[in-house]
Amino acid sequence: MTKKVQVSATVNGETVDFLCEPWQSLLDVLREELHLTGAKEGCNNGNCGACSVLLDGAPVNSCLVLAVEAEGAEITTVEGIAQNGQLHPLQQCFLEGAALQCGICTPGFLVTAKALLDQNPNPTEEQIRFELAGNLCRCTGYDKIIKAVQAAAKNLQEAN
Amino acid sequence: MKPFDYTAPSTIADAVSLLSQHNGEARVLAGGTDILVQLREGLREAGIVIDVKKIAELRALDCCSTSGLTLGASTPCAEIYGNADVCNAYPALTDAARIIGGWQIQSRASIGGNLCNASPAADSIPALIALNAVALVAGPSGQREIPVADFCTAPGRNALAAGELLVCLQFPAPSANASSAYQRFIPRNEMDIAVVGVGSWLQLDESGQTILSARVALGAVAPTPVFAAEASDWLAGKPATEDTYRQAGELARKAASPISDMRGTAEYRVHLVGVLTQRTLAKAVQRAAG
Amino acid sequence: MAAGSDQKKYKVIGTRPIRPDGADKVTGRAIYGADVQLSGLVHGKILRSPHAHAKIKSVDVSAALQAPGVLAVVTGADFPELKDKIAQLGEGAVNLAYLSGNLLARNKVLYKGHAVAAVAARTANQAEEALKKIRVEYEPLPAVTWVLDAMQDDAPLLHDDIHTDSMGNKSEKPSNISTHLHFETGDVGQGFKQADVVIEREFKTASVHQGYIEPHVATALWNTDGRLKIWTSTQGSFTARQQTAELLQIPVSQVTVVPCEIGGGFGGKISVYLEPVAAMLSRQCGRPVKMTMTREACFEATGPTPGSYMRVKIGATKEGKIVAGEAYLAYDAGAYPGGMIGPGCMCVFSCYEFPNAVVDGYDVMLNKPKTQAYRAPGATHAALACETIIDELAEKLKLDPIEFRLMNAAREGTRRVDGPVYPRVGLIECLEAAKASEHYQSALKGPNRGRGVAAGFWFNIGLKSAATANVNADGCVTLLEGSTDIGGSRASIAMQLAETLGIAAEDVHPAVVDTDSVGYTDVTGGSRVTFATGMAVYQVGRKIRAQMMERAAELWEVDAASVSEADGVYSSGEHALPFKALAVKLHEIGGPIVGSASVNPQGSSNGFGVQIADVEVDPETGKVSVLRYTVIQDAGQAIHPSYVEGQMQGGAVQGIGWALNEEYFYGEDGQMKNASFLDYRMPTALDVPMIETIIVEVPNPEHPFGVRGVGETPIVPPVAAMANAVYAATGVRMRDIPMSPPKLWKALAEKESS
Repeated sequence: MTKKVQVSATVNGETVDFLCEPWQSLLDVLREELHLTGAKEGCNNGNCGACSVLLDGAPVNSCLVLAVEAEGAEITTVEGIAQNGQLHPLQQCFLEGAALQCGICTPGFLVTAKALLDQNPNPTEEQIRFELAGNLCRCTGYDKIIKAVQAAAKNLQEAN
Repeated sequence: MKPFDYTAPSTIADAVSLLSQHNGEARVLAGGTDILVQLREGLREAGIVIDVKKIAELRALDCCSTSGLTLGASTPCAEIYGNADVCNAYPALTDAARIIGGWQIQSRASIGGNLCNASPAADSIPALIALNAVALVAGPSGQREIPVADFCTAPGRNALAAGELLVCLQFPAPSANASSAYQRFIPRNEMDIAVVGVGSWLQLDESGQTILSARVALGAVAPTPVFAAEASDWLAGKPATEDTYRQAGELARKAASPISDMRGTAEYRVHLVGVLTQRTLAKAVQRAAG
Repeated sequence: MAAGSDQKKYKVIGTRPIRPDGADKVTGRAIYGADVQLSGLVHGKILRSPHAHAKIKSVDVSAALQAPGVLAVVTGADFPELKDKIAQLGEGAVNLAYLSGNLLARNKVLYKGHAVAAVAARTANQAEEALKKIRVEYEPLPAVTWVLDAMQDDAPLLHDDIHTDSMGNKSEKPSNISTHLHFETGDVGQGFKQADVVIEREFKTASVHQGYIEPHVATALWNTDGRLKIWTSTQGSFTARQQTAELLQIPVSQVTVVPCEIGGGFGGKISVYLEPVAAMLSRQCGRPVKMTMTREACFEATGPTPGSYMRVKIGATKEGKIVAGEAYLAYDAGAYPGGMIGPGCMCVFSCYEFPNAVVDGYDVMLNKPKTQAYRAPGATHAALACETIIDELAEKLKLDPIEFRLMNAAREGTRRVDGPVYPRVGLIECLEAAKASEHYQSALKGPNRGRGVAAGFWFNIGLKSAATANVNADGCVTLLEGSTDIGGSRASIAMQLAETLGIAAEDVHPAVVDTDSVGYTDVTGGSRVTFATGMAVYQVGRKIRAQMMERAAELWEVDAASVSEADGVYSSGEHALPFKALAVKLHEIGGPIVGSASVNPQGSSNGFGVQIADVEVDPETGKVSVLRYTVIQDAGQAIHPSYVEGQMQGGAVQGIGWALNEEYFYGEDGQMKNASFLDYRMPTALDVPMIETIIVEVPNPEHPFGVRGVGETPIVPPVAAMANAVYAATGVRMRDIPMSPPKLWKALAEKESS
């Protein structure tokens, strides 16, 4: 039997302490212990991106991170993208551009797209498609997702 | 999944001693993008997982024009291709690092892990062999070096002895008029396992017209990634022309002994070796010529 | 862009409001099936067959029952024996013995991944570990996974009690062929005699999966009062309720199904896999039990679309008139009878006027998971065959491929081979729009590039929908519906009610509610929701309007007959009040207003579409890149154009994946070798270009707003359009799908050497 481990991390700007099994995934702990169910399990082996979160600013598949590895880390989930009740321009553009149908992949796309725009405020269509290739969507054919990211990039640049 | 413990030592000595202590029960965790899947799917088991990301030497990324590149075994791909010096000096390496999984994988996955996992189709290994990288290994009886070309022994198996840990990969200093490229063939444009991968390195003479020496390595066409010795040797002294690349491709095909599976037939894979050898050589020449 | 539409006469319909469930879905708050949390929740897992075909000699669960955390174990033996019981399940009759056998195998496993037993434990990991302790003794049997092999007399037989039903006659010997269908119109022999050009070809397609990103999930609580409540991700809460009740042999009213948000379905989330098992586990352990499927199990044990073999022959005169068609279609049904052969047969010649045609179809069982609907089930295969030959005929006759299609296009009065005569349909308008499009008019230049065109048809059904609306004291309207929302239907339904009532889309607040809270509603499938549930809310709106007029009369103390309504404003003489202002007064004049309606439209609304693909083929590797792609479709009337475009784009990209790389890859052992998102290869964002759309609007006379339904037609033409484009680029006809790089490379090499 393994013993539970105490972990301290910053999740969406708040310091949280949780107990987890040493073998538990970050995805599992986010969803089951911290009740942040925005990150979704689509495959549980890193092939769909539905569980994407930011770990110290970098997009990762939370199904392929052990929760114990989050000790001292800063984690952003889809729940942490909106600030002070205001949707992030990406979220707004996804809504206005009908960039989601069933919505299950949406949290992962938003998280990865945020990382992209944080790093590259003016990406080309090719760059957006390349960086979002780790996020599968089966409903939209990607067209409206790419356009929503482009629109958000434009809005963010105009706001700055 | 069978439960396991977790520990994260901060020195090589501690890691090696932990590996010895849990003889056969311990698994090394770098990016985790292979090992966690394997543990979850029951392909491997562990009593304890040793996270090596807190060991400074394993996070190294030192790129120097005279001494070469030292790449820590757990340094993630995104950090590697995010380094402009590495991109310039070792493009085959960054070509590979840029296409291992998607961005989420690249934030975590390391070249050291890709090597230790020893998949025949691993994207980084042909690049490492072409770049003549050497693995520095620490074990209970000290450190030793293993050329990457000798590192993989069978699918999923490597040359590490019990209790040994891959510390870093060392790359020779960049030569003048030299460059490299890695390309793979996949049916999609991303998120796929190589049907065939080819890494090529070469050095041109000062005129840029003649190949002085070359190294070509192949992935996904044998139980381990292979160095295409005949093609590599043959290239020395040849003119840097499309015809040369094509002939080198013909020779490289001889080094391939692939299987047929859901990713492609043996016949197709052998064919692709020719195509990709040709393309990577052309790309490397284009880069070497600046 | 909309073509062919009349002058806009609507205020809400045709606009693009933000979907009502949008905020929850971009902030991570929406509750999908896996997000359900209940007090005392435990977790269930399923043990699956490692063999493609085997006898189960024994199952011993005793060690599993002793494993840490385990609360219950069930096998097929715990479920009622259902011998030849037929149930009507919305879209057709189902033999419950097969449904039950698929849920948990009894004597035989029929495919790798077939469920054998299930465990509930305190944690998901404990349940998984306990599965390893269940001892199953198998006697492996030979397996068959290709449809033509399964049709052979000496093929391994899946069921010894199924005999071929050939138009009412049963075969003497048991067979893997469960049904032989036959449709005929005119005189085919005579037809082919009139033909100047006849082309006959064979086609093969591999099974493909719906590929929804959310795995199947269900949570069940069998309460101490005997009532069963199920939270699940389903396309149809009422069919999930009925299937569960039938499989457990309990009354439907004892079961409540709460539909959670659903992470994609495409036809694959209609059949139940987990719900009755979770229920049985819950009954045994007295706790709510949640079950989620692995991705591997989704591939190995839930509905792919059929693999198929097709042989089709079409004849035309040198003037370009189709005179006859003949089709032999063999579709696999998976491990149990009842696949997609029916719609395949009806669709194969559905886009054109065939004065003479004959279609024979075979429903064939083999060692794969039971096939399920996948977006226009059976039509994509058939369209590949027909549209490839149409393309060849056009080339032979030196006619533009769109022109040739226009000369023969199905129109009002065309009789389909299976009988129905089309009312007003929009194929000609789609073909005209395709021809006039900037895409088709622009030249495609460069080596190894080619353009392909294909048309497609899907029925679009009606069936049963119910809805209830409450007028709130602030004049907003709460709408309760039973149609689960896969892709934005809350918006399209709310907009139709808003249009009917003359209020803003934002003033209708839709909710998808459980099976106790709204009238019976059939599945979200068959492209029926915007059509049929839209029809229901139109009636709801009319009923509310009538009541509002009565209340206005009461308020103004006038004769009810003097009150009229236009654009949401109620008036009588000098009195006039808009809907909201009148609603605010309801409490003074008789209290709240509720409107309910239930509809059951029959027949189909006939959706046609045309697609144009530009591709480039790498001659050295056989890899196909999509350069440009346009989807043209008759939507009847687009309610929310963004979501109509979304359906068109999404369906087309699924079809592109089907054409190029997606397939169930089987080994000699009858086992699928690529049951993961890594190796199954659905398109990523980097694999497709922007998908251009042209919405054609030829209103459906059977719907108050002219809606036709749009969800399925977009996946019908892509495989054929891509194959035709690859031919144009390379001169090679690919009739073995997918046209994956190894296959296309080989075909190119063979062409080169010949």
